[in-house]
Amino acid sequence: MQLARSSPTNRLDYLTLGILGLGIIGVVWGFFAAMSSPPDQSQGYVARIFHLHVPMAWMAYAASFVALGYSVAYLVRRKAHHDRLAAATVEVGLIFMALTLLTGMLWARPTWGVYWDWEPRLTTTAILFAIYVGYVVVRGAIEDPELRAKAAAGVAILGAINVPISYMSVKWWRSLHQTQSIDLTTGKINVDAAILIPMLINLAAFTLVFIGLIRLRALIAAREAAREEA
Amino acid sequence: MKPKYLIALVVVAGALAYLVFGGLGQNLVYFITPSEYYQQIDRYQNRPVRLGGLVKPGTLEYNPQTLELRFVVTDGVKDVPVRSSGATPPALFGENRGVVVEGRFQGEAFVSQNLLVKHSETYQAPKEGWTPEEVRKLIEGTQ
Repeated sequence: MQLARSSPTNRLDYLTLGILGLGIIGVVWGFFAAMSSPPDQSQGYVARIFHLHVPMAWMAYAASFVALGYSVAYLVRRKAHHDRLAAATVEVGLIFMALTLLTGMLWARPTWGVYWDWEPRLTTTAILFAIYVGYVVVRGAIEDPELRAKAAAGVAILGAINVPISYMSVKWWRSLHQTQSIDLTTGKINVDAAILIPMLINLAAFTLVFIGLIRLRALIAAREAAREEA
Repeated sequence: MKPKYLIALVVVAGALAYLVFGGLGQNLVYFITPSEYYQQIDRYQNRPVRLGGLVKPGTLEYNPQTLELRFVVTDGVKDVPVRSSGATPPALFGENRGVVVEGRFQGEAFVSQNLLVKHSETYQAPKEGWTPEEVRKLIEGTQ
């Protein structure tokens, strides 16, 4: 395989490598911090999956807003770079969304008694997952780069509407899923410091991994585009 | 457009439609409370429904031999007796805990096919004053 000529936009830069490296160190640190956090008064050690589930869910939600930003930027400025970043964000968000659903199911079985139930939070999250899958499929289906970018931007913008609905679903409707432990709308935190701090380490680490992976994926997309043009 | 993408698009669109119109439509009222049941008893008789509330303290009876479980679900105003059999209840199930039962009203009682336990959004470490014995019980009881 011949690599495309490198240019300032598609060279693997030290910033991306640094973010990814720090993120991976953070994930390892966060894992040990989570595994040494105390058990929860009612759930025992099962509640430790909180340290994975919540940061992953936040990344999955954040992906939708970041993709929204890049999609709007593309529609305004028509720069292929923004389209590639939007696509990279949704792909990374798709992975985090899948992991959110998986960790959630593994947590639900021992606590709620079932892996899955069609309750509002889970249903709206499944819809968001389907929208991310739809975004990737739409991109694959359309050959013309400009039309592809416009259609994908439309999906990303419409998909972002579902994020606040999913986030607020546990408050707006009766649900099986508990309400937010760290409520971003009121600022209330119902988590002991000894359990909260390891979760914040994980949150920071996953944020770095999230940003690093998006940059890396966009770099690869830029190289692919450069090779197609050549 | 390649056929495989067309098929994928149809699958995704179908899944979305199913989720939005099938899943979400029915679930905006995910469960009813005992008070709501007593307002419209006829409407909820003998059809699949979810009932939610707290397990009333002092009403829990579990027979490990027959796996039959009886308890009363309350919303603080009205009570509904619940019968459940089959699966062992989840570890977090207990008195004063939130539950959602899936099943049918049969006469005065609710017959549960599926017992789900709600848990709170607070996470707290065992505090000073907990004996090592209590901590051990918590860890073993929730495994």
